Amino acid sequence: MGKTIAQKIFDAHLRDEPFPGTCVLDLDRVLCHEITTPVAISDLQWRNKDRVFDRHKIKAVIDHVTPAKDSKTALQGKILREWAGRHEIPDFFDIGQNGVCHVLFPEKGFIRPGFTVIMGDSHTCTHGAFGAFAAGVGTTDLEVGILKGVCAFRKPASILVNITGQLPEQVVAKDVILHIIHLLGVNGATDRVIEFRGPVVDAMSMDARMTLTNMAIEAGGTSGICLPDQITVDYLWPFISGEYQSREAALADFTKWHSDPDAEYERVLDIDVSTLEPQVTYDYKPDCVKTARQMQGTPVNQVYIGTCTNGRLEDLEQAAAILKGKKLAPGVRGILSPASPKIYREAMEMGILTIFMDAGFCITNPTCGACLGMSNGVLAPGEACAATSNRNFQGRMGQGGMVHLMSPATAAATGIKGVITDPRDL
Amino acid sequence: MNRSFGGPACFLDRSDINTDEIIPARYLTEVTKEALKPFLLEDLVLPGFDPKGEVLTQAKVLVSRKNFGCGSSREHAPWSLEVNDIYTVIAEGYARIFRQNMFNCGMLAIELPPVDIDRLFDLRKEGPVEIAVDLGGQKLTARAGSREEHFDFAISSFDKALVEAGGWVEFADARY
Repeated sequence: MGKTIAQKIFDAHLRDEPFPGTCVLDLDRVLCHEITTPVAISDLQWRNKDRVFDRHKIKAVIDHVTPAKDSKTALQGKILREWAGRHEIPDFFDIGQNGVCHVLFPEKGFIRPGFTVIMGDSHTCTHGAFGAFAAGVGTTDLEVGILKGVCAFRKPASILVNITGQLPEQVVAKDVILHIIHLLGVNGATDRVIEFRGPVVDAMSMDARMTLTNMAIEAGGTSGICLPDQITVDYLWPFISGEYQSREAALADFTKWHSDPDAEYERVLDIDVSTLEPQVTYDYKPDCVKTARQMQGTPVNQVYIGTCTNGRLEDLEQAAAILKGKKLAPGVRGILSPASPKIYREAMEMGILTIFMDAGFCITNPTCGACLGMSNGVLAPGEACAATSNRNFQGRMGQGGMVHLMSPATAAATGIKGVITDPRDL
Repeated sequence: MNRSFGGPACFLDRSDINTDEIIPARYLTEVTKEALKPFLLEDLVLPGFDPKGEVLTQAKVLVSRKNFGCGSSREHAPWSLEVNDIYTVIAEGYARIFRQNMFNCGMLAIELPPVDIDRLFDLRKEGPVEIAVDLGGQKLTARAGSREEHFDFAISSFDKALVEAGGWVEFADARY
């Protein structure tokens, strides 16, 4: 019987199976940010085990609340910074170089096909877009990852999502994944890896694939994964050209991870996107999804464009195309947070930031911020936000606030009208 | 680690209770577990539930429905239970990361089938519910008024080993 990509990655990294079905895996990447790492650092110090398994496999960033907004967040940054210095971790990103972790780390070429990746952050599944097994974990798993370079997972079952058809105008990866989460439900992929396949995925850029895999967790998925291909090779080439004779050689190597034709899936979801419309969430779960036209007319107070879901250059370009020459509706606040310094600079040089500013947006440094209601655009009670983020839980962006998840273009159109608006109806 | 896993139960009658509701993000700026103590379940809006009320304050066991602990990976969620002396959750099912975090901290995330969860919720009409946990025998005994209900629960050998070791750091440190 053939194997799925996830099974192949598990087989290649299996350190131990202490009990049937419990796989202890060697880790290629242990990623850290300032919210979930400090308690691990303190605990290691308390145990007299203040060391790291491999300073090159650990990457760290201050991203959730940056620059520090108060003494507590300053202390979190300080703990992470001092730890990175103490252990001479070369890839630690501080003020001026920092960005949203799941955008910054891929941009730096840190993720490769076939890698095992953990982070103390539920959206770590984003990195599965590169054909890696990437999973969010808690601080204790992170602590053992830092100390021993291993993590335990149950043997993975996979759900195959086969995406076919032609994406209509203004329908993008964000709409596809919202639709998938609606079909699966918030619990539909618990303990499963979601494998995203099909011609629609094959045609997607890495940015778009990362939007898909980013939200695998919202259906409960352990991870989301795409098969690595030429697009993956081309994205990573600046970082891997020294390791391979040619791009063809890299592609041949990456292809070894592909799921076998006779691999077994627990469930197969066939989705034809040819009639898919822009999607918007309502209520307080990411699986509560309607079309933008069904939600038409719902007022918003704020538009937030950014985050690890949709803060990449392609996302900013799509929003800018809608906003060009237009302005935010009276009373609507617009916030743009390009998700990394590189994206910020490119958007600036391309004139994209000017389009946003002319439309009346506030442009901030790269940070997670308002996505989880910690800073950078928290909502007051009774307010609603059109957001390109990934979670609409009650109070997520601020107590008593409502979040409507949508694509960058839909968020831009909504900002212009002041009410939820399908970008095709502008 | 010598933990007592049973005691008075607090029932949360809703599925998909997420970790933002268990411990809101505004408290993630804390760097100690103890600092989380006052804020457990502060944002959970549920008819009849009061995060500052006696039922939660006295509780040692939480009982809930499907997909408990979904959303963010924050281990602050199990920690805020732990510092409030709640070491056991009983539910129909859990989000993966929350469940693993519980066992990694040497705590119990017990899964029961829907018919048994219904039996537990039903006991409430007899009065306040007390639950005793026999980890070795994988049994629960729930008492309310003069009524007593018995349950068997499944637990993976790994999860059981984690609890017995006192957590994942202890287990991994001894082995790898």
